[in-house]
This record gives sequence, C-alpha cells and structure tokens, in this order.
Amino acid sequence: MSNPSNLKYTATHEWVKTEADGTITIGITQHAQELLGDMVYVEAPEAGRKLKAKEECAVVESVKAAADVYAPVSGEVIAANGELDGAPEKINSDPYGAWIFKMKPDNAADVAALLDAAAYQAVVDSEAH
Amino acid sequence: MTLKKTPLNAAHRAMGAKMVDFGGWDMPVNYGSQIDEHHQVRSDCGMFDVSHMRMVDARGEGVRAYLCYLLANNADKITIPGKALYSAMLRPDGHVIDDLIIYFMTEQWFRIVVNAGTADKDIAWMKQQAATHAPQLTITSRDDLAMVAIQGPNARAKVWQVLPQTKAATENLVNFQAADCGEYFVARTGYTGEDGFEVMLPKEKVEKFWYDLNKVGVKPIGLGARDTLRLEAGMNLYGQDMDESVGPLESGLGWTVDLTSSRDFIGKAALLANPPRKKLVGLVLLDRGVLRGHQKVHTAHGEGEITSGSFSPTLEKSIALARVPNGVQVGDTVQVAIRDKMLAAQVVKYPFARNGKEQI
Repeated sequence: MSNPSNLKYTATHEWVKTEADGTITIGITQHAQELLGDMVYVEAPEAGRKLKAKEECAVVESVKAAADVYAPVSGEVIAANGELDGAPEKINSDPYGAWIFKMKPDNAADVAALLDAAAYQAVVDSEAH
Repeated sequence: MTLKKTPLNAAHRAMGAKMVDFGGWDMPVNYGSQIDEHHQVRSDCGMFDVSHMRMVDARGEGVRAYLCYLLANNADKITIPGKALYSAMLRPDGHVIDDLIIYFMTEQWFRIVVNAGTADKDIAWMKQQAATHAPQLTITSRDDLAMVAIQGPNARAKVWQVLPQTKAATENLVNFQAADCGEYFVARTGYTGEDGFEVMLPKEKVEKFWYDLNKVGVKPIGLGARDTLRLEAGMNLYGQDMDESVGPLESGLGWTVDLTSSRDFIGKAALLANPPRKKLVGLVLLDRGVLRGHQKVHTAHGEGEITSGSFSPTLEKSIALARVPNGVQVGDTVQVAIRDKMLAAQVVKYPFARNGKEQI
C-alpha cells in the first residue's frame, strides 16, 4: 500500500490530514502498523490537552510491543477516536481510516512543513537498511 | 553481526514471513496476523521452525547417574523408553543455567534439548561436569539436526499423513514421550499447551518436510504466536521468567525440583539453605492496557515484577507471569505500574489456557 499523497507525515510514522476547517487528524502509517502487528490497545490523549510538537501523547500497543505516538505539531487535542477502544485492530485493517486523535494546530505553517508522501517513503526506505 | 539461519530460512521468506533478529537468529515472528496464528494452533494445528534450539546427545555407561547429578529434576523418574522429563539445570548457587527436556532412549543414550541462546554455555557446563563425574560419556551437539514443532488438536494426524512410516511407532506415545524412528525422532512434546509432536530430523530433509506439511494444510506459525501460546499455557521462558539471577523455586518451577529424595544434585544444598521469598504467579489485567515484562507490581506484601506479559488472544485480556512476595495469594488484587498509571490486576492460578480452552 502506498502512502496517500494528500496526507503529511512525520519521521516517527504518524500521518496527518488537514481538514477543511484547519484542524488536523492524526493516525499511524501503514508501515508503522505493519511493524507493530496486531493491535490490541490504544490510549489516546484527552480533548483539551495542550501538546508540544514531538511530545509523546498516545500509545498504541500490539501483541508484540507498545509504541508511543507523538504530536506532529504544537496545538490542542480536540477529539480522540473512541471507536478504537473496542476495535484497535482497525488500525491494522485500515491505517489511513482509523484515526487516533484530532488537534487544532497552533500554526498552520507547522503542518505544511511536515514530510510529504515521497519524503516519508524515503524515511521508511532508509530504515530498511 | 551476521544472523544465524536455520535450514528453513528460504522457506519462511517464500511464505511471506516477517523476519526478526531473535537472539542472533534470523527467525519468522509472523507470516501475517499473529493473533490468527495463535487461534490456528488452539483450534486446528500449525507448525513452528524451532531448529534454532539445540539437540544434544549424551551417550555412554552411567548417563542416567550423570543426569541425576546434573539436573534439579530426577532423571530416575523416567523409566519407560522414550519418556521425557522437563528440568532446570542449576549452578552450584541454585540459580538457573537453563531449562531443558531430556528424553530417556536407552541406559546408554539420553537426548537433551536446550534453548538456542544458552546452548553453548549449556554444553560447556555439561562437558565440564562430565569430565569430573563421568569422563566415559560423550556429549555431542547435534548440529546436523533440525526441529519442527507441529502443534494443535489435529497436529498428530497431519504428521502421520506426511510421515506414514512413523505412525506405528508413534500412535501409542503418551504425552511427554518420544520414539526414535530412524531419521525422524518424533516426540509428543511442545511449548503451546496443545497436543502435537516435535520432530527432529536431518537438516537436509527439513525443507521437504515443511512444505509437505504445508501441502496437507498445516500453516506456518511465527515466534510471536509461540510466545503468546506458551504464556497462556503457563510455560516459562528462559531469559524472561528465570535466568542466572534467580532460583527455580522463585520461578514457578518448584514442581520440577526434587528436594525430597536422598539424591544429591548441583544446586541442591543452596536451595535447601535459601528458602524462596518470592514466587511466580499469574496476573489478569482488570483495567484496559497491556501487561509487559519488567513492569512493577505493587502488592500488600511488597513489590514484585512482571517477568512475561502480553495480550492473551484466548482470554481477550492482558495476562502475565509475575514474581511477587510469598504472601501474595490467588484472588488478591494488585496494582501494576504501566507508564504513568497504576492499573488493577487479579492474581490467578495459571495456566491461563490449554487444549483450546480458557483455564481461568
């Protein structure tokens, strides 16, 4: 599966979608879910929490391991995806649909400065070596 | 460092395995969904490449007496040919060098299967003890052999489909018994809590055996599911649940240590002199989250630590083995420190699941 070109990415394997109202939706990439394997637990940040860019803010746990999810940019959490509580495996089956949380970014420019799909693919390829 | 490879390395890759560095071995962690592989073994059967484990043959007059001194469990318990015995091998201070299985084949031949990561130190120790106590014995690492575990309620039938020539010699094996069928050494043992066989065979035959099993519907299972299966079955993993820093009595292995007979064995005096202050218990997480090794366990009797923790596909809950103070009892609720939270877990008697069913 290729990385959707309409999304932005981080080197720590989060994807970021900019919504029409300027808020952002965050999940983990196909590559990240594949590395982790079967998801069994997701701990998302609470709405209202202020985050700094690169701050640990969520945890995804597979049978194998726990992995931190980082805030892609600074801003405020506005929602968490409660659906994942009962169905964390959605991250495996639909990584770009199964969002984890939403934020209102402090600066739209921070989002624009994130990796595009090609630059993210380069990060993935470099990790394979 | 170059990773070591089993003779099935190419087969794993051809079957789509995700390969990982497992203690210096390039091994399959899963071929798809680890949870599906887990259920596959509990409900039907699956096959595991365990060729990284080391088979050792101890041969010569007096091999039984040697093993009686070398091991914490009593080799005199196995008197029927082929019968297997699980044991810890201890240092003189009572700490665990490794856990292993011995198979009594004849009074001149026992086969021993040890863990991959500890094989070299194990064999060095065995040879050192033999040099002192039984110099007539030969201790041979069987690097010419591979091993495949076929596990699950339908596992034996599948093996007989592929190796019909072994059926007569193996269909009456009881649990924990093996038969030497020429090139194929077939043991009714495993590490999943399910029925099945572990088959040891020449390396050059293992790839065909693997593909033949696959042709009759046996699916490959990775080390990921192997770990959740053994944890549900309440079986220890060396390096996590015990190692050279602890003794068997604090590792849930008291049932394998014979302290009552007059037999002397390496580590016995130390075990008698140092009664255990901790014990291994099962935990089931009551809150949401996942228990993992090294998380601290807070109890009314002091602190403990999780040795192995994961998600149980059978229970659909997180489970763990934990080393806790002796005063902790089954039924107690304890607190586990997970990141910045304290989560409640119940102390249970394990195994958690075996033979396709929940045991809690």
